[in-house]
Amino acid sequence: MELHAQQLHYREVNQWLRRCSQDGIHHVTLYGIRGHRYIGTGLNNSLRIQIHGTAGNDLGAFMNGGEIVVYGNAQDGVGNTMNAGRIIVHGHASDVVAHSMRGGTIFIRDDVGYRAGIHMKAWGTNPPLVIIGGTARDFLGEYMAGGTLIVLGLHDSSAPLVGSYVGTGMHGGVIYLRGTIAPYQYGKEAGLQPLTADDWEYLQHTLAPFCEEFGFNLEEVLDHTFCKLVPLSRRPYGRLYEGAVGAINSHG
Amino acid sequence: MKNFLPSDFLVHIGPECILCGRCVRECSFGALEQKEGHIIAHHARCVACQRCVVFCPRSAIAIVPHPSTSRHNAYWTPELRRALLRQAQTGAILLAGAGNDQPYLNIWDHLLLDASQVTNPPIDPLREPMELVTFIGRKPDRLEITADENGEWKLVTELPPQLKLDTPIIFGAMSLGAVNLRVHKILAEAARRAGTLFNCGEGGLHEELYPYGQNTIVQVASGRFGVHQRYLDAAAAIEIKIGQGAKPGIGGHLAGEKVTEEIARTRMIPAGTDALSPAPHHDIYSIEDLAQLIYALKEATNYSKPVGVKIAAVHHVAAIATGAARAGADFLTIDGFRGGTGAAPLVIRNHVGLPLEIALAAVDDRLREEGIRHQVSLIASGGIRSSADVIKAIALGADAVAICTAALIALGCTLCQACYTGRCAWGLTTQDPELIKRLDIEEGVERVQNLLRAWTLEIKEVMGALGINAIESLRGNRERLRSIGLDTHTQEVLGIRPAGM
Repeated sequence: MELHAQQLHYREVNQWLRRCSQDGIHHVTLYGIRGHRYIGTGLNNSLRIQIHGTAGNDLGAFMNGGEIVVYGNAQDGVGNTMNAGRIIVHGHASDVVAHSMRGGTIFIRDDVGYRAGIHMKAWGTNPPLVIIGGTARDFLGEYMAGGTLIVLGLHDSSAPLVGSYVGTGMHGGVIYLRGTIAPYQYGKEAGLQPLTADDWEYLQHTLAPFCEEFGFNLEEVLDHTFCKLVPLSRRPYGRLYEGAVGAINSHG
Repeated sequence: MKNFLPSDFLVHIGPECILCGRCVRECSFGALEQKEGHIIAHHARCVACQRCVVFCPRSAIAIVPHPSTSRHNAYWTPELRRALLRQAQTGAILLAGAGNDQPYLNIWDHLLLDASQVTNPPIDPLREPMELVTFIGRKPDRLEITADENGEWKLVTELPPQLKLDTPIIFGAMSLGAVNLRVHKILAEAARRAGTLFNCGEGGLHEELYPYGQNTIVQVASGRFGVHQRYLDAAAAIEIKIGQGAKPGIGGHLAGEKVTEEIARTRMIPAGTDALSPAPHHDIYSIEDLAQLIYALKEATNYSKPVGVKIAAVHHVAAIATGAARAGADFLTIDGFRGGTGAAPLVIRNHVGLPLEIALAAVDDRLREEGIRHQVSLIASGGIRSSADVIKAIALGADAVAICTAALIALGCTLCQACYTGRCAWGLTTQDPELIKRLDIEEGVERVQNLLRAWTLEIKEVMGALGINAIESLRGNRERLRSIGLDTHTQEVLGIRPAGM
């Protein structure tokens, strides 16, 4: 099924998608997407959506299955609070990619904006995975509580791989960076670790479908320095507060 | 380091004591010990929760303010000095539970209700019907009605989704984690029986409570805990939590120790990790961003249920409220600074925010001035203590109120303010399985249901006295309120005349 959405409101596009989903259609293609918001929001089954154009904010928010492939760029909030499924962007994505994402996979071929992977979590047997082919800006993986973030910097070698405040407040999950990171760039709640043999095996296995999707050479991608950021504690702010009992009330 | 803190309380055990040891078993703070034929009180550990007092079979225990005193000082109060000493010993942010207990002006008790005499006779609620049914949700600008061929009137306008409440009182948001599953079960069942709603708060909805979905408001907060499609589908309405009256402008940290398997499952995070709710939503930095989340939730639920926004009462609350209404909120929860909390920094709880009464009047005025009051329902919360407060809140402009602390008091809470310790002796704000057992679900439902019934009857009594037979005639009807002992400026903000005028 196909829809030419150029003259339509996002609400109409989503109504149409819901109808397709109810009718048991497995594959749809949207043309003329010009910043339409919320495409695939709450997508709950095996529907595969191909998008030609620029996907608007909150693409695949609360997504719970299925697949979205964008041939173009995506705006803010890709995979907001996503639970399951797969989002693939053949282009750039803007701010807050994978905000509070809990499960599923997001592949972004090129760069992402600020706050990617912020407060990502992990739950059950489907921990979230976000792979960014280009670079990421500040606050990558801030407050991160679970899942895996990988930033590859495959395109413009002169651009910084990541910004500052990476992993600030991190208390779960792992961030792999293809390259290095200076101490001033990451939060004091995160720690840098060298990759183990298990990490390399994991990267090989995890990056293979990403490289296949976008036509990158897996061996070339892996033939590079990588570093790994992990949380130093599962309770980064435990010592901020005084927990003594029975010391609140005044003498009256 | 030596402990310089004097005890708050003195646990006095009288000669009636038969050394049965019940008090020792009841005390969850380790303040009582049985040793060599004596009950020994560790006064410094006592939080005055009254558990031992109530359960002593001989009524032998009295908890009194510690009688030892230092030189009186109205400026350096004992409370301030005590906080300062705690910080000198720990270097940490002080926590507090429950609501703001400071002696700020309490406006409710400076408001008096009107009654009908002679010219506009009162109504007898025992004989005449009193309409308390309240609909929460966006109302259309105008209603279009046509008659069919048989002369039957039909509504042409499509109404936005509405929540029907049999009484204008709902239970406010308390997360699973702040309170335990039994508290949630009690509130959900009481809400179902009373034809009203409970709010599961920001920690997700436990699997066993999904059958109560049509009596549930689910929250979407900055931590997005437990938020997924089924959760959104199950609910009667969705509330985006921006702020909380007890701690405006800050997030929440549920300590890893409290993230038990059950809470982890409901919040959908690993057990034992801190559940951090950041201060802002990472995708909301403007009213436009708020609109984006409101419509993301409407899209996710196919416009089938109201989506509201909860904000704390702060200085520019009216501007924020009108922005949220224009952003598409179907209802607004305005949470005043007396509202409770499981844990908040003491400095925030005691010094930030506005009285609900002021905020409510300011928001109602602003929405009316802009001609959009009908587009959004107002739920007033934060320190509603009695049916009188409910009636006054509605007269100040609320559609309904939300109660939390009042419901907890009905279940045994004595406002000892030690919620954040996780040791609640009444089995409310604890995840300790032994303490939770102290809360009987069926009896709890009955208590809370009784409270709702009593307040509802009282509201009808007062409406009768006012000569009003439908609660909507009272909404924003500030003409039926007078102030006593309030300054001119406060009266102006409230839009209320002084008594005698």
